[in-house]
Amino acid sequence: MIDHLPILQVVVPLLGAPLCILVRNPRAVGLFALLVSTVTLLISCTLLQQVLLNGTLVYALGGWAAPWGIEYRIDYLNSYLLLLVSAMGAIVLVASQSSIGGELPRNRHMLFYTAYLLCLTGLLGILCTGDAFNVFVFLEISSLSSYTLISLGNDRRALTASYQYLIMGTIGATFIIIGVGLMYMMTGTLNMYDLAQRLPEVHNSKTVLSAIGFFIVGVCLKLALFPLHLWLPNAYAFAPSIATAFLAATSTKVAIYVLIRFIFSVVGPVFANTVLPLQEIFVVLGVSGIFATSISAIYQLNIKRLFAYSSVAQIGYMILALAIGTPLGLTATLLHLFNHALMKAALFLAIGGVVYRVGSAQLSHFAGLGRQMPWTMAAIVAGGLSLIGVPLTVGFVSKWYLVLALLENGWWPLTILVLISSLLAVIYVWRIVEWVYFSSPRIMIDEVKDPPLGQLVPIYVLVIANFYLGIDTSLTVGVSKKAAEMLFGGVF
Amino acid sequence: METLIDIVLLGFLVLTALAVAKMHDLFAVVMLSGIYSLLSASLFLDLDAVDVAFTEASVGAGISTLLMLASLKLVGRFEKRTRYRPMLALGVVLATGTLLIYGTLDMPHFGSAEAPVHQHVAPRYLNDSMEEVGVPNVVTSVLASYRGYDTLGETLVVFTAAIGVISLLRVSRRTKEEEKQKTPADMQQQIILRVVVKWLLPLILIFALYVQFHGDYGPGGGFQAGVIFAAGIILYTMLFGLNNASRVFQPEHLERIAALGVLLYAGVGIGCMVLGGNFLDYNGLSHDPVHGQHLGILLVELGVGLTVASVMITIFFKFTWRTVKHKYVKKR
Repeated sequence: MIDHLPILQVVVPLLGAPLCILVRNPRAVGLFALLVSTVTLLISCTLLQQVLLNGTLVYALGGWAAPWGIEYRIDYLNSYLLLLVSAMGAIVLVASQSSIGGELPRNRHMLFYTAYLLCLTGLLGILCTGDAFNVFVFLEISSLSSYTLISLGNDRRALTASYQYLIMGTIGATFIIIGVGLMYMMTGTLNMYDLAQRLPEVHNSKTVLSAIGFFIVGVCLKLALFPLHLWLPNAYAFAPSIATAFLAATSTKVAIYVLIRFIFSVVGPVFANTVLPLQEIFVVLGVSGIFATSISAIYQLNIKRLFAYSSVAQIGYMILALAIGTPLGLTATLLHLFNHALMKAALFLAIGGVVYRVGSAQLSHFAGLGRQMPWTMAAIVAGGLSLIGVPLTVGFVSKWYLVLALLENGWWPLTILVLISSLLAVIYVWRIVEWVYFSSPRIMIDEVKDPPLGQLVPIYVLVIANFYLGIDTSLTVGVSKKAAEMLFGGVF
Repeated sequence: METLIDIVLLGFLVLTALAVAKMHDLFAVVMLSGIYSLLSASLFLDLDAVDVAFTEASVGAGISTLLMLASLKLVGRFEKRTRYRPMLALGVVLATGTLLIYGTLDMPHFGSAEAPVHQHVAPRYLNDSMEEVGVPNVVTSVLASYRGYDTLGETLVVFTAAIGVISLLRVSRRTKEEEKQKTPADMQQQIILRVVVKWLLPLILIFALYVQFHGDYGPGGGFQAGVIFAAGIILYTMLFGLNNASRVFQPEHLERIAALGVLLYAGVGIGCMVLGGNFLDYNGLSHDPVHGQHLGILLVELGVGLTVASVMITIFFKFTWRTVKHKYVKKR
């Protein structure tokens, strides 16, 4: 059984999605999806434990050895992300049991949960696989289902947002497949580790160069790197809150994983930097992204949009840390990837609680909610503190490693910029605090109170994780360091 | 001679693409995109990639043209005039084109036997597939066995697309009353077409089954069979109306069949695991590995066919119901 865990990780939600159609009953479908995602989470915990004990796990699909068949390869890097994605998938589904009723009519619940499990399947499939074309197939599954999840939002503008994302996402996916196709043409293989061995022979060819270019631009569209992030704010703002919480915590993270995997395990960091000025590009785009989108966040009137812009800014930090090009920098990227998921999941779930009670995510509707929804607002403040990077929160841990990595390289001007940018986060979080605690309530009705426990519990599980993992960093820092060392050591 | 044919076909492709970009009549654009697919299919045929050509012809030129026409009924025939001049988009397209052309400079020569794709994994597929998988059509053995997991993923993509379309067309479930409402097809009056279709329909469906089960030996398989089957049903729906068609294919059952197709495919994989092999390792399905491969491929192709056919019919029904509803049901 243990041997089959790598494939079960993906096949369990894969079977769960079509089964949702057969279950059909709205209430039962929610519980069923929760059951599926819980099993998925348990599998990912066991996988991480197995990888930490025994090293990389390889699984040949169909019994065909790579490169003839497709193989799954679970190492430190993807087992760490598998845990993140499946944990977020399960926690968000706990909250959805009560929150979904507020945002979707009953006859759409089945479709929502089916699309949700499909998205989970797609993301987990991208993480597990060691085959470049297989990445594309599961990327399509996760993308198509995210467009669906976003379009299910109550607001009509959700449709435009989803359409925008569809166009941008399809361009991204097309670029990725062009990249994979050109690499296949030059090497005759699709397996990532086989590619890593065969690419050096054809390094100097213009075809490989354009393949790398297409692939990286495609992935950067998917991960919403500034200035390719234009699809993201509307998508996050108009999607159902549950979908926003799930997508914000997982989908861009998985795209960053693909970028890291491609640069380190397929092309090799040295080569990637010699043929393309990747380091310079990433530093410039990362830093300008952090500032441009943090400033945009300050001016937002819708709190979901506000945090969406802040998400793009956080991606800037991850890309900046990646650009440093040292094991410590990569550790910082991986840490922030995990920690940012914890913050944003907590924040968007809490906002989901507000939407459930108040029916809107406009900042002005948050006026005076501090008294009416004390627990939810406390969670938003806690998430905000973590976003700023206050000590004892996870946000502090990842910023700390980022600063350490920058200083290790002597990049102190960038260090100062990173610290200044944190002040921008203080401003936008403060704007929320001001509305919530220092304005008088818009309407005084008793119905506006904290959401039901079914939502508060998952929110607080995440808030506590934000603090617990900010103090006891052995899991996140430990695994990130191992993953970074593995990638730099070139040992698969 | 072949080179000449290739050049002519490629030239037509470019012309068609330019015409599509230039036109504002969406009906013509859809027709041209069908032609584009047919031209690509011919090109693939000329390159001896019969399976790809077949798929392109049935999916690209066939079903997707039909579905686009169905959606034109909803959105109208002419593109709205915009003042927006997409210079940025043009810039991106030019940059992409330049990079693509730059990439061709170092490509292996066209048709060269020395090309890496012919040197590395392909020889085993070509030489050993008959022994290992026992299917004469190598494309099928790669698609359904060596890289069978990708095909499972593709089937799931089709299924996901259906979920997307169903949830996008926010059509509430039809009430009992609405179901009774007569909704004649637009082409109800076309007697000649009706007679021809009545004769043609069984042939189309039998051809679909042939393509489904003959995929091991010649070009074909679940994807093509699924769309051909769906095309037959769609043709029937266009001439005899949604009422008649959905009496056989009830929308809810179609959704279930689409789900069952995916479950069948993945279920075969799980079955292989239960029997002691890896996921989708068909060898264990029977005492004789090659026999197991045959059985496995047959079953997964059936899963693909079921999902593809029911998804395509579902999508067409959703579009049609939407138009029909505007025309007949709302009038009361």
